[in-house]
Amino acid sequence: MILRTRLLRRAVVSTLTLGLVAAGYAGIAGAATVQKGQPKLPAATLNGSGSTLTEAFLQQVIAEFKTVQPNVTVNYGAGGSGKGRQDFVAGVVQFGASDAPYGAGQALPSKPFDYIPTIVSPVAVTFNVTGVKSLKLDAPTIAGIFDGTTTTWNDPTIKALNPKVNLPSQKISICRRSDSSGTTQNFTTYLTLAAGPKWTLGEGPTVNWPASAVGNNGNTAVASCVKSTAGGVGYNDFSDAQAAALKMASVKNASGVYIAPSVATATAALVGVKLLPDLTYNPINTKAKGGYPITSPTWLLVYSTQSDAATGNAVKAFLTYIEDNSTKLAPQVGYAAIPSSFQKAALSAIAKIQVG
Amino acid sequence: MTTETLARPNPTPDPERSLRGATPPPGRTSDRVFQVVTLAAGLLVLVVLALIVVATASQARAWFNAEGLSSIFSSNWDPAHHHFGAFGLLYGTLLVSFIALLFAVPTSVGIALFVTEVAPRRVRRPIVYTIDLLAAVPSVVFGLWALAELIAPLSHIYQSVSSATSGVPLLGTLFANPSGSGEAFMTAGIVVAIMITPIVTAITREVFVTCPASQKEAALALGATRWEMIRGAVFPHGRSGVVSAVMIGFGRAVGETIAVALIIGSSPRLTANIFGTGDTMASIIANEFGDASGTWRSALIGLGLVLLVLTVIIGIIARTVLARADRRLGIVAR
Repeated sequence: MILRTRLLRRAVVSTLTLGLVAAGYAGIAGAATVQKGQPKLPAATLNGSGSTLTEAFLQQVIAEFKTVQPNVTVNYGAGGSGKGRQDFVAGVVQFGASDAPYGAGQALPSKPFDYIPTIVSPVAVTFNVTGVKSLKLDAPTIAGIFDGTTTTWNDPTIKALNPKVNLPSQKISICRRSDSSGTTQNFTTYLTLAAGPKWTLGEGPTVNWPASAVGNNGNTAVASCVKSTAGGVGYNDFSDAQAAALKMASVKNASGVYIAPSVATATAALVGVKLLPDLTYNPINTKAKGGYPITSPTWLLVYSTQSDAATGNAVKAFLTYIEDNSTKLAPQVGYAAIPSSFQKAALSAIAKIQVG
Repeated sequence: MTTETLARPNPTPDPERSLRGATPPPGRTSDRVFQVVTLAAGLLVLVVLALIVVATASQARAWFNAEGLSSIFSSNWDPAHHHFGAFGLLYGTLLVSFIALLFAVPTSVGIALFVTEVAPRRVRRPIVYTIDLLAAVPSVVFGLWALAELIAPLSHIYQSVSSATSGVPLLGTLFANPSGSGEAFMTAGIVVAIMITPIVTAITREVFVTCPASQKEAALALGATRWEMIRGAVFPHGRSGVVSAVMIGFGRAVGETIAVALIIGSSPRLTANIFGTGDTMASIIANEFGDASGTWRSALIGLGLVLLVLTVIIGIIARTVLARADRRLGIVAR
């Protein structure tokens, strides 16, 4: 009896010790990929809200940031870019996330604020056509597909761009978003810029899609709609398209080159794109030779003067962390980092934030 | 003589004492508190309702200023081009609710009659319990179930009904252009019908149970069959209750958001094709509010106000119709 208890106790103690040692190693290993020598900030809570496009990236960053600054709690609620911009104006969040700058007719923040560019995300045109492994499309053809004028896959407009591909006479089934979204906004902005008069549905978080287009709630639902519909076509964030293993079309950019969406081509889309003084930029329909033309930008919004010292220092540390680590972290979740010149500009804007 | 020595257990209160302003009898304060608390509760409800109306109206003002009240009757909802015509959505809401009531009311009244009149006593409680369980299922679960299991078979049914009735004068237009994916007004109507059945059944059942047994027995004694007894004694007695149940069901149907948003196809338009995609006010608010700003956001809040006014108007119409029918029968309005 005593022997069994002693044996049991020894087993428990050694398991616990091993477990603790393993956890310690894991913690150290995790922290090793992150900045060393960071002074620990006092306790602070940061709340953010906005874009769903950047949500996966931000959640990853928040988890990693917790290992560097364990006293700072960051909460992010993805309610949409519009809500993020509004919450930022109302002051209910310390930072906002938006896929588009404040537009005409929207309430602007009353105090000076900064746009901090973080990452970019390519929007892929996904398709599910029997026997077709690759497809080349340009803006007018995409416009024709998504406004319902092109009805079958072997239409002459598609055939002209893909002479060697055996296109079946399958009906085109459009999968689009039923909810308002930044992905739709960037996709329709691209079509408005690149397809010209061929695209009449306008641009915005949602447009008046043709009645035959099937509405789906969320990026993942659009991806599964395309996957399960023979002859389906849709537009998706690159990370969701990759996760659903969908085939993506190569899209002709403004330089006339057909580019397939990827993390590399999204970053390449920003080559030569002008970064305005307020750090906004437009990578859509880029002229960069190797750049994917449907690349969505996204920004974090932060006030230039922070009244509370703890929150102010925490938000500066958080944003600095993102700029320093996004090149490594973004591709892990299917996003693309911005060029280092953009990151440098962002870091100097963050350094200029006044605290206290 | 001996009675005077008996101790009196409860001395009667001296009326002179209370007139002199001493402490009132113990029941009076709690009665006053009860009155105040219930009055406050009733007023609170009215105040909250008034605040909701005021808040939505002030937020919706930007929409009315930009497009005028006539935008409620325009069917062009196009945020990309800044057109916010609400009529297609109003039509969609009414159509889905109408289809839901069409399926739910006969079913619910049937269940209520079955449980109160026909079913053996032992079976009643399990049936009631099962129906109430249906009410406990969250609406998003209904939407997901419909999305996963219902729309595929329904799309086949729509295709066959549509091709069978093509060319028929009225039915042909009603069933034309079925949605390929199965997302349609009809699908939403069916799912909402399932969702409102428990509440309509519960209220209708309560109403039928209160029908006086004497009236039912009198009808049966006069030689009425079971159905004639129900039609002659139970229905007239329970008519206002059934109308209330239908109103509550309508209110629930009109407000169904997530379940409808998942299966209606999100295509705001005015169309007679009930097998085609559409949209409702609640569903479009849920879908588009996140990214909306400026006039668009104001228009979505305005839709909420229109929804509120719609429910009130339908309620008033129902009450008026009922009062008139009751007056004809000689029943005094309750």
